[in-house]
Amino acid sequence: MAKTFKKPDCMTDQKTHYCPGCTHGIIHRLVAETIDELGIRGRTVGIAPVGCAVLAYNYIDCDFQEAAHGRAPAMATGIKRVRPDLMVFTYQGDGDLASIGMGEIIHAANRGEKFTTIFVNNAIYGMTGGQMAPTTMPNQRTTTTPFGRKSDEVGMPIRVAELLGTLVTPGYITRQTVISPKYIQKAKRAIKQAFIYQMEKRCYSLVEVLSTCPTNWGMTPQDALQWVQDVLMPYYPLGDVKVPDSEKVTEAAAGTAN
Amino acid sequence: MQSEVMFAGFGGQGILLIGKILAHAAMEEGFEVAWIPSYGPEMRGGTAYCLVVIGDRPIGSPIIKNPSHLVAMNRPSLEKFAPVIKPGGVILNNMSLISIDSGRADVDELKVLTAELAADVGNAKASNIVALSAFVARSKLVSLDTLKHCIEEEFAKRPKLIPLNLKAMDAGIQAAQ
Amino acid sequence: MPKVLMKGNEAIAEAAIRAGCLNYFAYPITPQSEVAEYLSWRMPEVNGVFLQGESEVAVSYMIFGAAGAGVRVFTTSSSPGISLMSEAISYLCGAQLPAVFVNIMRGGPGLGGILPSQADYLQATKGIGHGDCRLLVMAPASVQEAAEMVMTAFPLAEKYRNPVMILGDGLIGQMMEPVEFPDQLKSEASNKDGWATNGMDHRGSTTRNLVKSLFLDAEQLNDNNLILRAKYERMKKEDVRWECWNTEETYDALIVSYGTMSRVCKTAISMLKEEGIEVGLVRPQTLFPFPEQAVRQAAQKEGCRVVLSVEMSMGQMVEDVERCVQGALPVKWYGKCGGDVPTPEEIIDLVKTTLSSL
Repeated sequence: MAKTFKKPDCMTDQKTHYCPGCTHGIIHRLVAETIDELGIRGRTVGIAPVGCAVLAYNYIDCDFQEAAHGRAPAMATGIKRVRPDLMVFTYQGDGDLASIGMGEIIHAANRGEKFTTIFVNNAIYGMTGGQMAPTTMPNQRTTTTPFGRKSDEVGMPIRVAELLGTLVTPGYITRQTVISPKYIQKAKRAIKQAFIYQMEKRCYSLVEVLSTCPTNWGMTPQDALQWVQDVLMPYYPLGDVKVPDSEKVTEAAAGTAN
Repeated sequence: MQSEVMFAGFGGQGILLIGKILAHAAMEEGFEVAWIPSYGPEMRGGTAYCLVVIGDRPIGSPIIKNPSHLVAMNRPSLEKFAPVIKPGGVILNNMSLISIDSGRADVDELKVLTAELAADVGNAKASNIVALSAFVARSKLVSLDTLKHCIEEEFAKRPKLIPLNLKAMDAGIQAAQ
Repeated sequence: MPKVLMKGNEAIAEAAIRAGCLNYFAYPITPQSEVAEYLSWRMPEVNGVFLQGESEVAVSYMIFGAAGAGVRVFTTSSSPGISLMSEAISYLCGAQLPAVFVNIMRGGPGLGGILPSQADYLQATKGIGHGDCRLLVMAPASVQEAAEMVMTAFPLAEKYRNPVMILGDGLIGQMMEPVEFPDQLKSEASNKDGWATNGMDHRGSTTRNLVKSLFLDAEQLNDNNLILRAKYERMKKEDVRWECWNTEETYDALIVSYGTMSRVCKTAISMLKEEGIEVGLVRPQTLFPFPEQAVRQAAQKEGCRVVLSVEMSMGQMVEDVERCVQGALPVKWYGKCGGDVPTPEEIIDLVKTTLSSL
């Protein structure tokens, strides 16, 4: 009997090191399926972040570079500028992208670099042991906010998709989640759309994925999924923040020099 | 043999440019050359100077305590550099902006109303070329033919400026006689 | 091609293109911004890549990405900018990626100044980044030499799969001198299919390449460091360069000096010769590897009584000079680091007072 559900070609046989209930594995698979379906494995370069996904190249089977903390968008820029024929994606967590790498992500998006970012937002630093992230929710306890995040001291959580959505340069910016099959299907469509925009050399694309960290949240996997629904999703609404055609502001309308 | 020429004035007077033209001309004549600018945050209005070193052997130190010659386009430049010029050198004193002498009896001081002469031939902005040409005519560091050729090359991308600058060159040469 | 009069910064830019490097990323900083200005129009002419990044940090990782993708790539900066790039340089060393960094040094520490300096000697040769990483460091003393060193830097970076640095002082960047770009220094980029993330289809392979510097296993990390160490040792054997000047006959003192400072020393030595005082000069052209033997042998020459390390820093190269002389002779340092380049007259005074004090 033919297998109807199988491992994507673009995934290795290795078991992941991710904790039980972590959704990195699902997101890896969605990326790998996309690469398979678009037939681009032979010209794809992934960039692994510093964070839990630092070893993403052990599971996603294509050319990979490993970034310094937060610098993946600059590296992707370097690759894409010198080899525009390659398909390039960065896979970054919230500490990597929204804290130490905020400068790089904004400028890469604003230049309209033709690569794709998968931004995994689980509201905490996972690999270093559960410290506060820029996306940590008010009053959320972490190992560096033992009494809960105090927004009057460290501000409110950053909504990365909305922030990047304010850039005038055309782009595809969307927020998805993977907490149930319904959402996984939508996230898959978004990731594929992001890669297609890159293939068409249309624009920069970023898919923010609300994810879980049961270990550092101190929850069961089931409770963690529920917490995404109850706490994260109201603050981080799902859906497209920006699609390339939505921008009506052109150079001519903005007024240019000369 | 080595000669060093200090060009000095306000930023915006075209000091670095005339230094470059002289360096270019000397290179064309087969000399070893180095053009050493002062560089700083001021783009306009501050002091600007550059040193052109011309020699028949590879140029050693680009740092020269006592240059052979001076082209001073404003008073602070004359006051600062005239005392350190080697005896026997040429000091070009831009009389259009300078009301004093170098105070040196052991140099060949050439006073030129560069701005007035440049204005007479069309545009006071060409006073730097008047100064350079007068200096070259007096110091004879390079031939006037080579100088002319290098002025033409310098303005090759803006050919409209060539006739004006060649007229300024002639005015400078006359002033040196 | 006839000689052309060019600023050092422009010659560096053009030399990279002549060497076959068509990819440049940079962030402006005085005194080397002319490189970026020049390449902003020149790269499009040769269908090359020019991009002004948002910071030196970002630029250095654009270099990493491009080098990892298997192309020749370079950047230029000045002291504070190089400090920001030092993280990436360590990563490039760890991942064994070839790239060229040009540092047109200005005075420090901190924001320092914008005038010429050689105060990044220790940073470049010994402390460029965290971990056991080294750069091959070349120090030009003229615009012509800067152009030639840039042209040779690319094949050297590929030979060692390691970044190479051109360490020039501000004057080398700002000065104009006649320059030509020797055709024989052009080179073909090496084949990088064995390691570059240039796409499996591109290299006709079914196995992927990984560019990384993370080795969580202690043995693997030690092995990677042994590979790096072997490369640095090989540099010492095969690519150390220097110039000896006025060392054929005997001399009373030996000067070790590089870059613009060495030219000032040459003029001083010529002037001292007229007074009957002989001084030899060793000019390191590579700072790492340092010309250890050349300095040692020149110091051992019969009659030489003292070794002077003359540098535009507060005493950095002198540590290497002392290491080479090994206590056989007194080693003195002389330098300035505010932007004023010591004059030949100062060096003459230095030599005379030093010799009379011995």
